[in-house]
Amino acid sequence: MAQRTVAVASASGLHARPAKLFVQEAVRLGVPVTVRAGDKAVPAKSMLGVLSLGVVQGTEVTLEADGPGAEEALDALVALLSRDLDAEEALDA
Amino acid sequence: MPDTPAPQPGFPPPPSAPGSPSHLDLPFPDGSGAASAVHAIGGDTLPGGGARRGRDPQAGGGATREHAAEGGHATDGGHRPEGERVAASGSGTHGGHAAADPSATDGGRATAGESGRGGVVERGSDAGPGASGGGTRPDSGPWAGAVGRLTGLGVSQGRAAGPLIRMAAPPRLPAPRPVTDPGAEAATVVKALEAVAEDLGRRATAVRAAGAGAGESSGEAADILEALAMIADDPMLREEAEERARGGLDAAHALDAAFSGHREALAALGGYLAERAADLDDLKHRAVAFALDLPMPGLPAPGHPYVLVAEDLSPADTAGLGPDVLALITERGGPTSHTAILARGRGLPAVVACPGILDVPDGTVVGVDGTTGEVAVGLTEDEAAEVRERDRAEKARLAASSGPGRTADDHPVKLMLNVGSAADLRPGAEGVGLFRTEFLFLDRRQPPSFEEQVAAYAEVFRQAETVVVRTLDAGTDKPLPFLELPEEPNPALGVRGLRVDRLLPDVLDTQLDAIAEAARATGAQAWVMAPMVTTMGEASGFARRARAKGIATVGVMVEVPGAALRARRLLQEVDFLSIGTNDLAQYTFAADRQHPALADLLDPRQPALLELIAMCAEAGREAGKPVGVCGEAAGDPLLAPLLVGLGVTSLSMAPVCVPAVREALAGLTLRECRERARAALA
Repeated sequence: MAQRTVAVASASGLHARPAKLFVQEAVRLGVPVTVRAGDKAVPAKSMLGVLSLGVVQGTEVTLEADGPGAEEALDALVALLSRDLDAEEALDA
Repeated sequence: MPDTPAPQPGFPPPPSAPGSPSHLDLPFPDGSGAASAVHAIGGDTLPGGGARRGRDPQAGGGATREHAAEGGHATDGGHRPEGERVAASGSGTHGGHAAADPSATDGGRATAGESGRGGVVERGSDAGPGASGGGTRPDSGPWAGAVGRLTGLGVSQGRAAGPLIRMAAPPRLPAPRPVTDPGAEAATVVKALEAVAEDLGRRATAVRAAGAGAGESSGEAADILEALAMIADDPMLREEAEERARGGLDAAHALDAAFSGHREALAALGGYLAERAADLDDLKHRAVAFALDLPMPGLPAPGHPYVLVAEDLSPADTAGLGPDVLALITERGGPTSHTAILARGRGLPAVVACPGILDVPDGTVVGVDGTTGEVAVGLTEDEAAEVRERDRAEKARLAASSGPGRTADDHPVKLMLNVGSAADLRPGAEGVGLFRTEFLFLDRRQPPSFEEQVAAYAEVFRQAETVVVRTLDAGTDKPLPFLELPEEPNPALGVRGLRVDRLLPDVLDTQLDAIAEAARATGAQAWVMAPMVTTMGEASGFARRARAKGIATVGVMVEVPGAALRARRLLQEVDFLSIGTNDLAQYTFAADRQHPALADLLDPRQPALLELIAMCAEAGREAGKPVGVCGEAAGDPLLAPLLVGLGVTSLSMAPVCVPAVREALAGLTLRECRERARAALA
């Protein structure tokens, strides 16, 4: 079981646009990933699940995955969560 | 002043190519793939056939109080707080509550029809000749040719004309249907969710394509639509709905149950997530409509520019608004409703609280005056073209407007901005008259730290020389989750604004420290004021604490009639007053800001409100201290001269309103403004 813990960097936490980008990436990667915040765990490709974690900026979340491609998928998702996606909004608008 | 790009006028071009394809895809016009076993619901299946949102008990129903704090989802919360979000949430009850009850809907409409019109007619005549410094009088020109006329509240200035189209209503859930083939129901569930996701995805792509180069708002709208599409695509949601279908529910009820479960879960989490619950309702309506083989509720896509008419608009509706929408008219809503805020942000003419508009048949050409609230029904194409031409000329005139605010005889009136964050700043004004700090922290579970606050305030201070900072304006009616305020039976009259300090004094202390530090670091002139101040004691206590932190200029907002009556004494304690006309009207007229049937009672032209404003302004003149207005009234080009005539020294408004107010003031002398004020008070 591959596992990573990361503090969410986006100003709005895992809501709104950052949540959308995260779930989009999880779907694209195609590896089943679980996101855990506190005692709640949800599939990374579930928008409702990710929103319901109520993750705000600075919250630590743990990502878990198994099997082929797990390490690479977690690396990609951790990289995404480590960026302030809200701050990047203006650039690609 | 900020060097952010100028606001896009946002006004769509006239229908030069009426046959050109719409930017929005037709919502499942052929119903392909939809379950065909649906009959029921007869005449209501026609899109826009007198359809209105409120008829569906689900439409605004089940609204929790969190949801009721419309301010939050009003601006598609979380993406970027838009100027008016909190202003939209002044009270605990949401229009949806009334809309949810069919009997209330009808009763409410009748009431609004009678009194609403009365109020607005008074308002129109009040404007007097030459109103708005060059604006067109509603009775002149192309308006004269209309066969019918409706009046509502003009909430977003500008004029437009074109064929009207009503938005399809959300589907009503029929009685559960006996299921013979659960597998087929489950398949329909999956298809419905896919269809909704595809539809929203297509709209997102269209909005993005249409908006390329049109500024950030289209990117934002596309983001919202994509996020909604991903919720419809959610594997958890799909599995739950499928499971329920396999368990014997028909597709529509299985979808309804699965969505409702998630809706309740989000609502229970409070704050930002509770606001997203309204989005789930919207998605549910779309999916259920597909399962029932009904037209997808939501925006029409006629393939030509049109005036959008609805009972009210949801965040999902408004995020999908394409450039083919010429103007908005809603039967419900008030000056601070979501529709109003969105329209002003986009520069779309809008009229709300317009009784009778839903009875006008689709395709009727209407003229809309978003300043006066007039809707001319049944224009000819020539008349419509003339309306558009006049609007173009007016816009060109406003685009050329610049400089500080002054009357025709050079009496200065500061024109300032209402902002929620640095992102809202625009050039062309004389500072920030209302910095709504609570916008920065709407989704927080933990109080924002001192450092974080300093950074957020400094970002605004660096871009504007003078900034009037309002300390956190929250309450149980517009919750900041980190405050964890207890529920109240009557939130508009409860612990809100400065009153929160009674329970949580540390919050204000930290904020005042952060404002003082950000001002020191940037060298900006930061004025600070407290919301919902009611007594002398509150004002002097606040002033003492703010000054002890090193803040030189301290004021209070006047939103409570009791404070207005004591304006003279208040100004012995503080350096300035800022009148919040939205709340002052609510409390003066004992009328809920969000109540759809009471919009006329909230009309700021009423003498009682003007008299309170006059008392504040007079007290300011005597004391030699500034008295500004930062409510919606300040951005209304017909009202602004009147406020100046009452003695108000600054007007703070949404950035998009500044040019028209500047031009309105420039067209009148101070004496004319005073005459207008005197007439209004008579």
